[in-house]
Amino acid sequence: MLFSPVPMHIPDGFLSVLVSVILWILSVAGIGYALKRVGTDLGERQVPLMGILAAAIFAGQMLNFSVTGGTSGHLMGAALATIVLGPWAALLVMVCVVGIQAVVFQDGGLLALGANIFNMGIVGVAVGHFAYRTVCRFTGDKPWAIPLGGFIAGWLSIFIASLACALQLALSGTSPANIAVPAMGGIHALIGIGEGLITAGALAFIAAARGDLLQTKAAMGSSKPVWAGGGILAVLLAIASPLASAHPDGLEWVAEGRGFLDLAQDPLYEIIPDYVLPGIANEALATILAGIVGVILVLAAALAVAYSRRRMTEAR
Amino acid sequence: MAAPVAVSIEGLSFAYPDGRQALRDISLRIASGEKVGLVGPNGAGKSTLLLHLNGLLQSQAGQVHTCGLDVSNGNLGAVRAAVGMVFQDPNDQLFCPTVFEDVAFGLLYQGLPKASVQARVAEALAAVGMEGFESRSSYRLSLGEKKRIALATVLVLQPEILALDEPSAGLDPRARRSLIELLATLHPTLLIATHDLALVQELCARVVVLDEGGVVADGPASTILGDAPLLARHGLEL
Amino acid sequence: MNPSTLDPYRPGNSLLHRLDAQVKVGLTLGFIVATALLPPGAWPILILLFAMALSAIILAELRAGFVLARTMLALPFMLAALPLLFTVGSTPLVSLPWGWTLMKEGLVRAINVAAKAWLSLLAALTLTATTPFSEILVVLRAWGMPRLLASILGMTWRYLFVLAGEAQRLLRARAARSGHPAHTPGRPGGTLAWRAQVTGGMAGNLFLRATDRAERIYGAMAARGYDGEPRTFPQPPSTVNSRLLLFGGWALLALLTLAGLLFWG
Repeated sequence: MLFSPVPMHIPDGFLSVLVSVILWILSVAGIGYALKRVGTDLGERQVPLMGILAAAIFAGQMLNFSVTGGTSGHLMGAALATIVLGPWAALLVMVCVVGIQAVVFQDGGLLALGANIFNMGIVGVAVGHFAYRTVCRFTGDKPWAIPLGGFIAGWLSIFIASLACALQLALSGTSPANIAVPAMGGIHALIGIGEGLITAGALAFIAAARGDLLQTKAAMGSSKPVWAGGGILAVLLAIASPLASAHPDGLEWVAEGRGFLDLAQDPLYEIIPDYVLPGIANEALATILAGIVGVILVLAAALAVAYSRRRMTEAR
Repeated sequence: MAAPVAVSIEGLSFAYPDGRQALRDISLRIASGEKVGLVGPNGAGKSTLLLHLNGLLQSQAGQVHTCGLDVSNGNLGAVRAAVGMVFQDPNDQLFCPTVFEDVAFGLLYQGLPKASVQARVAEALAAVGMEGFESRSSYRLSLGEKKRIALATVLVLQPEILALDEPSAGLDPRARRSLIELLATLHPTLLIATHDLALVQELCARVVVLDEGGVVADGPASTILGDAPLLARHGLEL
Repeated sequence: MNPSTLDPYRPGNSLLHRLDAQVKVGLTLGFIVATALLPPGAWPILILLFAMALSAIILAELRAGFVLARTMLALPFMLAALPLLFTVGSTPLVSLPWGWTLMKEGLVRAINVAAKAWLSLLAALTLTATTPFSEILVVLRAWGMPRLLASILGMTWRYLFVLAGEAQRLLRARAARSGHPAHTPGRPGGTLAWRAQVTGGMAGNLFLRATDRAERIYGAMAARGYDGEPRTFPQPPSTVNSRLLLFGGWALLALLTLAGLLFWG
């Protein structure tokens, strides 16, 4: 991952279309509601503020600290954003960050963008909000409550989001659950420590320099639905993951959609008997044909470029 | 135990990834203890040149030696301990919640024990006239105060060379005056990149004029700063 | 890492650069969906798709080195698909130490995932190398992206490189003070937790400067008459040729996908 080094940006090709579409629908719903809420909460300052802070989170992901040898730790930012901005604005900010990373920098796929927004935006923000508000409620007004809350929110947001990511890969049949879940969960349990520390450090800086920012309505307020949603997500994923890990075959069956797709395809196949398209029935022949067509296509493209260049130089 | 030659640059060239040739074949020698003003218009390459002194940018051609050390990957730790660099915008350098932590950063990085750290931080803050500011948040200080703290973060490391990029930019006359007085008290080799020629006249004995990535003049401050046509040719004015 | 090199857009005047942005975005998305729907083992279709992607890269006059470097990004994530080699299928190919057996079906699946990932990256890269992000944003807005979101994204894009530059200067300033004289005892660097916290302070610094900047930007916008209603440029009307190209391309991709699903599904 060249630009965002928290390895949770799923590229295209790893998730099945079904999983991608479902997560897209969930993400779009979340974004739509967030846009409405942000509209009423922040008023007309929202566009510059959201935009700049999204750019700040993006830039913040470039900051690193060396762990050992060549590896370094980085920030994802969902927890930090939600602590300072509140969950709805934070979701929009993360959507912008993850969206631009995917669309412009190819960090994360386009079809998989729905899943990435869900993991890093919705799960990251909701779980972060849940963790932070819970810690604050239990610790009251102590000065160390904020950095502690930040640390736990940072860690939990990364860990739970990685579990969601692993389950999505398993449901798509790309990675068996009994490997994906422990691997993703294990790695991100460690990475989450970095996120937690950076979040705590950032909050310490903000508290010292502009403590008022942490006392705003957005920062102090607790959104009951998000708090509950975050808690539920965290619990669900924490339970579902070890279950899936123990029964990877069950997910494989779902992934292949064996029962479902096969049923749909058999009748179609019977409609086009082999003799109608004889060449295609022989796979080797089909591959060679495809290769030939492909080469012709590429040559045509090269010719088109040469031709257009010649026309341009003649025009001068 | 300072080397007699503080900075030795031979044939340095550097182009940015977007193709812009920032430095062309620069050669420069600065003796230990010299106070040099590096002047030129915006875009001349002054900041780029400074960034080569401690290896923040790697030369693409030519050699850079700082305090007798070749500025290359193996030596960066030692080079960066020997060169104190103060950047143009102090906000880029003050990233800890309190002034104490910012000034202490370099010492803590080197692994020094807490007790000696506290003493040296107090000393550095006193040297820049900011004693007692340890527990303040650097973010809330005025620009002049931030510039002093930024200087302290570097002075505390007792560098042999002090490189400053546009130190007086943005300061009101009073803050500027006190900065000049402060810089005059410092002992390390001084290299100041700026287009504030009046400051250079007060502090530096030697002036190097940079334009379009090349050295166009190098000599005593009185000669160069007195040569108005030369200055005008390179976008400068005293 | 110079922030200005992050932007993958390569200015140029190729046939693809001049193509209507709507066509480019539409075909790229169609291509990625078609690739995603292909069942494993449909090699002829994959070959045709690859030829299409390669043709697009040629039409865009992009350098091979640039394309290869940028599309290698998905490589680390391939580790996630590696277990497929050993767990899927029933036809063993090669026996490896520790009782691991390479399966034929697993190999097919793993190569399939890798091929799809790489193809999708090629398509996405060709799009962003030939189309400035602002144009992509206009297309998305025309296709229904909420105005508020489009405005925020535009602002993010505008300030991305500015803030990335600040981040880079913060990193440089820290590096400049991370010196270690040869004769000091002890290991340099401090503790891991301390380093992480300092990085957090840098993030906080970035955050606060961004909020201050947002205030100034809002002031500048208000001074020019901004009233809170985001307004963006409309998409220029598309020509008949563009539409033909877009729907023709989609039709071709649909045919390929259908063939893939029918014969290899």
